[in-house]
Amino acid sequence: MMLIPCPWCGPRDEIEFHYGGQAGVAYPQDPQAVSDQDWAEFLFFRDNPRGEFAERWLHAAGCRRWFGLRRDTVTNRVLDSDDTRTVTQ
Amino acid sequence: MAPRTPGADLPEHPEWLWSSPEPKASYDAVIVGGGGHGLATAYYLAVNHGMTDIAVLEKGWLAGGNMARNTTIIRSNYLWDESAGLYEHSLKLWEGLEDELDYPLLFSQRGVLNLAHSLQDVRDSVRRVNANRLNGIDAEWLDPAQVAEVCPIIDTSEDLRYPVMGATWQPRAGIAKHDHVAWGFARALDRMGVDIVQNCEVTGFERVGDRIVGVETTRGPIRAGKVAMAAAGHSSVLADTLGLRLPVQSHPLQALVSELLEPVHPTVVMSNAVHVYVSQAHKGELVLGAGIDAYNSYSQRGAFHTIERQMAAAVELFPMFARAHVLRTWGGVVDVTPDASAIVGLTPFEGLYVNCGWGTGGFKATPGVGWCFAHTIANDGPHPLNAPFSLERFTTGALVDEHGASGVAH
Amino acid sequence: MSRFRLRTGGRIDRDRPLRFTFDGREYQGYEGDTLASALLANGVHQVATSIKHGRPRGIMAAGVEEPNALVQIEKPFPEPMQTATTVRLADGLEATGLPGQGRLATDPDPARYDSMHAHCDVLVVGAGPAGLTAALTAARSGARVIVADADTEFGGGLLGTSERLDGAPADTWVRQAVAELDRYPEVRQLPGTTVFGHYENNYLVALEHRGEHAHTRQRVWRIRAREVVHATGSHERPLVFSGNDRPGILLAGAARTYLHRYGVVPGERVAVFTTDDSAYAAAVDLHDAGVEIAAVVDARGSVPPPWESLCTERGITLMPGSAVVTTSGRERIDQVRVAPWWQDEAAPGAEHTRIACDTLLVSGGWNPAVHLHSQARGGLCFSEDLGAFVPDGYPPSVRSAGSAAGEPTTDACLASGADAGARAAVACGLTAEPADLPRAGSVPVRSGRTVWMVPSPTDSTGDTQYVDLARDATVADVRRAIGAGMESVEHIKRYTTLSTAHDQGKTSGTLASGVITELLGRSTGEIGTTTFRAPYTPVAFAALAGRERGDLYDPVRVTSIHDWHVEQGAPFEDVGQWKRPWYYPRGDEDMEAAVLRECGAVRSGVGIQDVSTLGKIDVQGPDAAEFLDLVYTNKMSTLKVGRVRYGLMCHADGMVFDDGTVARVDEHRYLITTTSGGAAGVLQWLEDWLQTEWPHLRVHLTSVTEHWATIALAGPRSREVLSRVAPGMELDKDGFPFMSWKDGTVAGHGARVFRISFSGELAFEVSVPWWHGREVWEALVEAGEPLGITPYGTETMHVLRAEKGLPIVGQDTDGTVTPYDLGMGWAVSKKKDDFLGKRSFTRADTARTDRKQLVGLLPADPDLVLAEGAQVVEHPELPAPPVPMLGHVTSSYRSAVLERGFALALVEAGRDRIGDTVHATAGDRLVAATITDHVFYDKEGARRDG
Repeated sequence: MMLIPCPWCGPRDEIEFHYGGQAGVAYPQDPQAVSDQDWAEFLFFRDNPRGEFAERWLHAAGCRRWFGLRRDTVTNRVLDSDDTRTVTQ
Repeated sequence: MAPRTPGADLPEHPEWLWSSPEPKASYDAVIVGGGGHGLATAYYLAVNHGMTDIAVLEKGWLAGGNMARNTTIIRSNYLWDESAGLYEHSLKLWEGLEDELDYPLLFSQRGVLNLAHSLQDVRDSVRRVNANRLNGIDAEWLDPAQVAEVCPIIDTSEDLRYPVMGATWQPRAGIAKHDHVAWGFARALDRMGVDIVQNCEVTGFERVGDRIVGVETTRGPIRAGKVAMAAAGHSSVLADTLGLRLPVQSHPLQALVSELLEPVHPTVVMSNAVHVYVSQAHKGELVLGAGIDAYNSYSQRGAFHTIERQMAAAVELFPMFARAHVLRTWGGVVDVTPDASAIVGLTPFEGLYVNCGWGTGGFKATPGVGWCFAHTIANDGPHPLNAPFSLERFTTGALVDEHGASGVAH
Repeated sequence: MSRFRLRTGGRIDRDRPLRFTFDGREYQGYEGDTLASALLANGVHQVATSIKHGRPRGIMAAGVEEPNALVQIEKPFPEPMQTATTVRLADGLEATGLPGQGRLATDPDPARYDSMHAHCDVLVVGAGPAGLTAALTAARSGARVIVADADTEFGGGLLGTSERLDGAPADTWVRQAVAELDRYPEVRQLPGTTVFGHYENNYLVALEHRGEHAHTRQRVWRIRAREVVHATGSHERPLVFSGNDRPGILLAGAARTYLHRYGVVPGERVAVFTTDDSAYAAAVDLHDAGVEIAAVVDARGSVPPPWESLCTERGITLMPGSAVVTTSGRERIDQVRVAPWWQDEAAPGAEHTRIACDTLLVSGGWNPAVHLHSQARGGLCFSEDLGAFVPDGYPPSVRSAGSAAGEPTTDACLASGADAGARAAVACGLTAEPADLPRAGSVPVRSGRTVWMVPSPTDSTGDTQYVDLARDATVADVRRAIGAGMESVEHIKRYTTLSTAHDQGKTSGTLASGVITELLGRSTGEIGTTTFRAPYTPVAFAALAGRERGDLYDPVRVTSIHDWHVEQGAPFEDVGQWKRPWYYPRGDEDMEAAVLRECGAVRSGVGIQDVSTLGKIDVQGPDAAEFLDLVYTNKMSTLKVGRVRYGLMCHADGMVFDDGTVARVDEHRYLITTTSGGAAGVLQWLEDWLQTEWPHLRVHLTSVTEHWATIALAGPRSREVLSRVAPGMELDKDGFPFMSWKDGTVAGHGARVFRISFSGELAFEVSVPWWHGREVWEALVEAGEPLGITPYGTETMHVLRAEKGLPIVGQDTDGTVTPYDLGMGWAVSKKKDDFLGKRSFTRADTARTDRKQLVGLLPADPDLVLAEGAQVVEHPELPAPPVPMLGHVTSSYRSAVLERGFALALVEAGRDRIGDTVHATAGDRLVAATITDHVFYDKEGARRDG
């Protein structure tokens, strides 16, 4: 049960959150213009690092806001949270 | 009280298992990952394709990753033809594997029940049973009374929050002893002259242009004609060293055992809705799997609330488990794909092959995937059974969406 | 009183005798006993036979580390695999010994279990000398402290020794400490509570034993602590020698605990075999309690001076530089053989001294209980001095104190606890005063000789040298594993099953690592340990399940009209967490009869359904229209205020994942509906896109599912019914056209009425504030009574919509189906530049024209209803498997209006096959069916205006 620092509500138990995977994956500006391969990248391919990971969390049982977090995927230690990175673009 | 000696009737291990040689400078093929899949792949490369100048490289102790951590369920009752083909091939190999390896794998075909708890579960289950039968896989739909006959300890009353509305039943499904499987393959490989190199972590690849010619390891560089990845949860980390992206995410998956108990549970029970899967192993311990933790992690441990939820489900379905005790919990790292199906095939690099993305379902596929992956490596092209499991499917959209059948899994 | 129970001393209540039964025999013990202490007091050592070899096994320890004394509780309620050393004696307790395998009760467990959340500044795990000084120091600083100890009373090791603090018996100080902790309002003491898991960010879980007859038998504490002090103590390590498993062989510290805690002596003539100082105290204390000490055998070359004089004063024979090489005895030890063994010699000498005894106390040193520390990812290193693993490197906000940190004496434990408590308090921003500590005047401890196993002159293979008594794993087993080529501790433990029993190797783990390392010929420094995993001690499934059983397993959601449905005797269908009425049987109708009647009523008269469970989301903001254009496949910005449009949602991969209606409330406001089961997921998904991709859009989303009770009135006479309770509302087809909505008054309440239809019939959906749902429902039922209004459930709703070819997302789709596959290309805008899913439609596989498509199926036999889930194949005869499958039946019913069975199916290139005969599985047979258009009834839509 990690303690996740919601930038709006403060630290809360992990069960209040919904995980959103890698942060910073932007929806293509013009999806119709990208190749099938690039579209597949957007749909299905995400970074999966062992170590520091910038990821998205939703405070689903709280303020319902998405926010970004850096976490070490080996220790599960939260490195920081930053409400300015709530958007992907 | 007559002294019972649980587990005393278990077979003894053979006198000799495998040796631990120093790695050679070069091999015809190197397999990265000494888990079940890596070992089985090496085995079928040797047996089916005559390749024995092989090394299986394991970063820790042999079969110490997910192979040592899974709940050992074996079944082939998957929905889609592609999965059914691969898993059924695997199940058929399981059925002859003890004899072939001359090693007691404790393969026990005690059947699996996949429970349905809603009208839609029933529809999906009947659909899967029908598909299985047409694919030549033994499958039956059981009503609650029949479920109770197969496994009397399940609460099939209407009192449950989500009552059991029936189940699919695959009699040929079962369990095996994971360590024995790994050791059986390792022993056979040792006899055929294949090198099993432990404590040898692959840290990168050697390439000439787009051709892979070897690996860099913590025990020095090793050249290889072909390099095959069977690194499960760590596949992305390896592929990253080549700039190769894989559509997999690594998650914790937990499991647990109880203390040894007198036999009460005759089969394997899985439920996606009342999330539990449980069998009773040979010595008498209940083996239960928990759900996948939602976040990416390589920590080999998950969150405790996942275990608590799992126990609520177990006691809900099996009231008699109330005073069984959780003895030990543990976690593995599973690599999950967007369609809950594996990736087995070629890569954009010549001489590099990938097998990953098995999520929660890898153990049962062990011999089957070994067979097909070996074929892929030896022929530089996929076997018909693993052809649908290519990397390209994510681009074309021809996914093999097994979320329904694998759900939580296994 | 038995000769093994002293007349005085111990913490038992001799005025409260308790009767209990063990293995069918009745015994007596006292309040305060454990089952083990009561058995020993009755002279019973053997508790069970061993798991593999069937050898007699006795009580070895006095706590959770017990490897042998496994019992099955029979009464008060069957519970398997308890250690006699941790079972609190109770009147009427019945237990039997277990050979390593327990038995589950067949009756339901009557007990209740629950859980508590707690937060604190400092959690102190363990209330021994270190834990108490840690808790006191932190509490004095003003910290919010929780202190938990597995034992029923605080004091830890101080309760089982003759130790004195500041000249008074140690328990006097313990009482004072507890009394002081009692005075701090922010301190919570949890005796009888085992902390069994340490997870991320100092989240710890503990199990409180509240008593067999308590309202809650056990309680799980979920504790979030800013700082944690592990004062978890240590476990004494046995020694491996030939015949080291006989009943009557106890850990020396355990014997001391039985003496001081329970007033029990383990035997009449006791030998001691040790490699460290602590066992001397046991010898001295037992001697002073009247027990004959046969000899103290010490593998070290000399006896530590203070103990030498204490023993000599008492006439205790000392045998330094010696080892017990073997034992004998049938059901209990009756003799040990001792041989000289100097430190630099590989094996003991050949000459033996035989010493008769009925008890052998052993001590191979102490293993700090580093389990929780390790779970918290604290580092470990092997201490040559202690011959054990000790904490080496702490994670943030975690520290160990006392013997858990390797401290050897009571004084050191007291000081290290106070220090850890102070540092924890400071880390919380508090000021800690230097603690005024009591003095034990501990005798300095000389480091031990680390001995893993004593080579045996008679057993060269090691068959009788037990490393793990719980698993009957011997030195010979380890030799075999190594002989098979194994080099890793993990492999050897798996091969031999070492340390995998109920005790998870509390006595055997380090010992096993030591033995393995020695047999592999490696240096002690290379010893590795296996990973410590939760739980520290076994926890009942039911305790972890807590209250989440039965109806509390998952929340039950019901509508405001629910009770009415119950009163009508409707069975319910689970849809997500919702309970929805499935059908309303009348008399002895079965479901089919009821559904045919309900369907008939809607098609010819009027029906009423509670559709409150549909998800409803209020979408507001200047950019609401633009937002909805992006998330629906069809265009919502062109929808006029007052109008309603059907909408499909796809994930970005182009697969349908929800549908519903979109009503434009005003220029900047829409009310959208979702499927009942999908509401939460849709809202979350919408928020995801809104917040993370299109934060520039000024839109707010609010779930209003439970603001509105919604009632569907369907059938040609629905207008008539509604008009009776909504007299002011214009309801004719021009004043209230199809796919529009209006506000008005229905049955005296403000209502929003939609003219939408899921059955193809004239229909209205009336939404009123949730609170008034039942009242309005009853008013509508009453108004419709003369017209034969018929309540209908989800099954009838499904049949009616299937007759109209309308898919149900999740039933006729499975996450692999596009709008085009559903034949709903009409709901996909061609005009919009983009919407979620659009790009995916042109991928190679998604663009195929022979994908599985939703079609109708009419069985050749009109009486037949195909099975939902039946597979569809081309030919009437089944070839050998694998049989190519064209698709499957997604929905199938008997239709009142069609007077036959009909189905919807997803079939490969289905729309090109219309008119073809295909075959569907029906058990082991195939039945013929014709592919048709998926709309079966009123294709032209003539009925919707009534």
